[in-house]
Amino acid sequence: MTLEYILLLFFAGLIPLAYAAFFLGRRMAEADLERGYRLNSPPSFYGWYVIVWMFLPAIAVSAVFAILHMAGILSVPLPVVLVGFLALFAGGGGLALRHVRASLRARKIVEDVIRWLLFIATCISIFTTVGIVLSVVFEAVKFFNMVSLWEFLTGTTWSPGSAFLEGAGRGAEQTSQAEFGSVPIFAGTFMITFIAMCVALPVGLFSAIFMSEYAGRNLRGVAKPALEVLAGIPTVVYGFFAAITVSPFVVTVAESLGLDAAYTNALSPGIVMGIMIIPFISSLSDDVISSIPQSLREGSFALGTTRSETIKSVVLPAAFPGIVSAFLLGVSRALGETMIVVMAAGLRPNLTWNPLEGMTTVTVRIVDALTGDLAFDSAETLSAFALGLTLLVVTLMLNIVSSIVIRRFKQQYEM
Amino acid sequence: MDPNSLKRTRMRYRSERRFKLYCAMALVLAGVFLVIFFADIISKGYPAFWQAQIKVDVSYTQDVKELPFLAVGEDVSELISRSWFRQLPRKLNEHPELIGTTRSKWVLADGAVDQYLKDKPNGLDKEQKNLVDRLRNQDRTKLAFNTYFFTQGDSKLPESSGIFSAAVGTVYVMIVTMAFSLPTGVLTAIYLEEFARDNWLTRAIEVNINNLAAIPSILYGLLGLAIFINYVGIPRSSALAGGLTLGLMSLPVIIISSRAALRAVPDSIREAAFGVGASRWQVVSHHVLPMSLPGILTGSIIALAQAMGETAPLLLVGMMAFIPEAPSGFTDAATVMPAQIYTWSSAALRPYAERTAAAILVLLAVLILLNLTAVFLRKRYERTW
Repeated sequence: MTLEYILLLFFAGLIPLAYAAFFLGRRMAEADLERGYRLNSPPSFYGWYVIVWMFLPAIAVSAVFAILHMAGILSVPLPVVLVGFLALFAGGGGLALRHVRASLRARKIVEDVIRWLLFIATCISIFTTVGIVLSVVFEAVKFFNMVSLWEFLTGTTWSPGSAFLEGAGRGAEQTSQAEFGSVPIFAGTFMITFIAMCVALPVGLFSAIFMSEYAGRNLRGVAKPALEVLAGIPTVVYGFFAAITVSPFVVTVAESLGLDAAYTNALSPGIVMGIMIIPFISSLSDDVISSIPQSLREGSFALGTTRSETIKSVVLPAAFPGIVSAFLLGVSRALGETMIVVMAAGLRPNLTWNPLEGMTTVTVRIVDALTGDLAFDSAETLSAFALGLTLLVVTLMLNIVSSIVIRRFKQQYEM
Repeated sequence: MDPNSLKRTRMRYRSERRFKLYCAMALVLAGVFLVIFFADIISKGYPAFWQAQIKVDVSYTQDVKELPFLAVGEDVSELISRSWFRQLPRKLNEHPELIGTTRSKWVLADGAVDQYLKDKPNGLDKEQKNLVDRLRNQDRTKLAFNTYFFTQGDSKLPESSGIFSAAVGTVYVMIVTMAFSLPTGVLTAIYLEEFARDNWLTRAIEVNINNLAAIPSILYGLLGLAIFINYVGIPRSSALAGGLTLGLMSLPVIIISSRAALRAVPDSIREAAFGVGASRWQVVSHHVLPMSLPGILTGSIIALAQAMGETAPLLLVGMMAFIPEAPSGFTDAATVMPAQIYTWSSAALRPYAERTAAAILVLLAVLILLNLTAVFLRKRYERTW
């Protein structure tokens, strides 16, 4: 019994049945109407009432069994569950049809059920957050049982080395002690993020200024979608571009300057990531700059300033909080970006100030640790979740700070 | 006017022009990035749509069933793709009447020959190069349209590898993603916009959704791995696991755009419907939802395009496996276009780089088409109240 079978049963069997039941319920209500009774609700709500009673108990009971099965408390064979589902389906429908009469408050009942369904759908987003936090925290705690938090945060060597042997029960054979000091990984992450922001912030901000203060309607109509194209390019494509085109170019340029550059240098993923972030910075800054009231500009022009003086001394200071928030969102993007660094940055953690050397990032380590053939409970695999936890905490903090800043800004100008 | 202030005014105008130039340069720079990027990918990917073929005399004998290499002359046999030889015995079993005949046919050339004909670095030795040159002079080589690229799955041989299985995988994954996130997202948006009271719970959910939209995609991969695969037990690298992970990821995008679409419907319409005695759900389903449908659709298409290009979370749920055959169900091992691009880009063999760029071109074409559809929908059905 596969998923496809169950879907087939659902669509080919149950939905036509429910359709028929809907018409039956509606017809019964209409018959009451013809007999001269005053209906409480429009007739089709009686049909929906029947459908609700067909599906709701059946699905609820099956869901309970599914959860019990997953939690490993009680396992009922699938055919039994299916038979139970069908019995509840038929029973619920039959019972509901007997209830259909003119005085039934069908609309109220159906409406309440809909409200609950909507609420449950809304809760899924909460469950997602809880799921992310729990899945990361749970495994990270296991990791911190093996490696101390202090060592993780302050250690300067990351060499999982033969940590995977422990997972295989051969921990005694290992010669080199596995070390999980994450400082070089964070250093690499921040280096690449820094390079990316060095590209994205000036280009993005100045384009936004040009588009909102200087450009005419036509130019704006071309430039804005063109920048949005940059935002729509998948990151794996940027990664390919960084690895195949930009990296060799950086190496050639560095060699012609007499410098030594690795093919996995931090510069090329940084630059490409910066290009990726330009549209975020420019569209957010554009919104902010456009929302500065025109009266501020006019007041400044009246004093005889040129356009650039107005921008520099009136518009930008007023838009500053919004630009800061755009910057923070850009940083959080850059920290969590994965494919570009996986394809173009190095694998080896390297603590250095030289952007021409290979270095690695948090996301690269996560992908590397979880795509190999390692036991799931080895320290190296679990370290991915510890790194994921730090990434989650840092990006959440950046988002919260940025949303507080932007809210203050919006209140100030009543957007 | 005294000369000093005139001088200062001139200086200020100069600085004004300079500043405007800086701003224009930033925009031009972004445009230049875009042009370089597309020129680079297109020039790298375009050759992959053409694939080398060689004309040889194929003699079908009984021995070919055991030793397919005997079908062609010894000299050219190493210039021909091994994938072509591999399908020979099956073909002879299906068409026994061919045995004993000899035909002149165009057959798929080896990847190295293909690269040589395209003037790219290749692994041919001097003798083989001479042979290919001789064949070329006799018009026995050609670059034909690469149908393999669209009809075959992944392969260990670059010349016979294609995007078919990845494309089918993408379709499966997107079906799961949309089947999950579209209803859930729209229902959530309806609840938050039309039903929820403004209390702490609603506000908490709103903050939560905004934060979800900004969480790095790779963390959704960790969620998918820990919960869908390890806890629920969905098969690793299946379209179901990948689709659900991407579904959770695109949920906030759909919620936020659907809410904006619902909010754009003016309150007067709701009030008019309430005024004639409609219940809240009747107001929503008869009036508000149909009016906001174009907006919701536009947002969903953009979310779909975003999910289609996403790779990182799928790597963590194992969707980067070698999949030569197209998946035939939601629980089969599958791969998707971006993951295929990733695996090809890290392959050591030269010809794969060309295929990677070609796959990128196909993916970009699909994404641009989707985005254009969204823009068209917005332009066509946008209503201002």
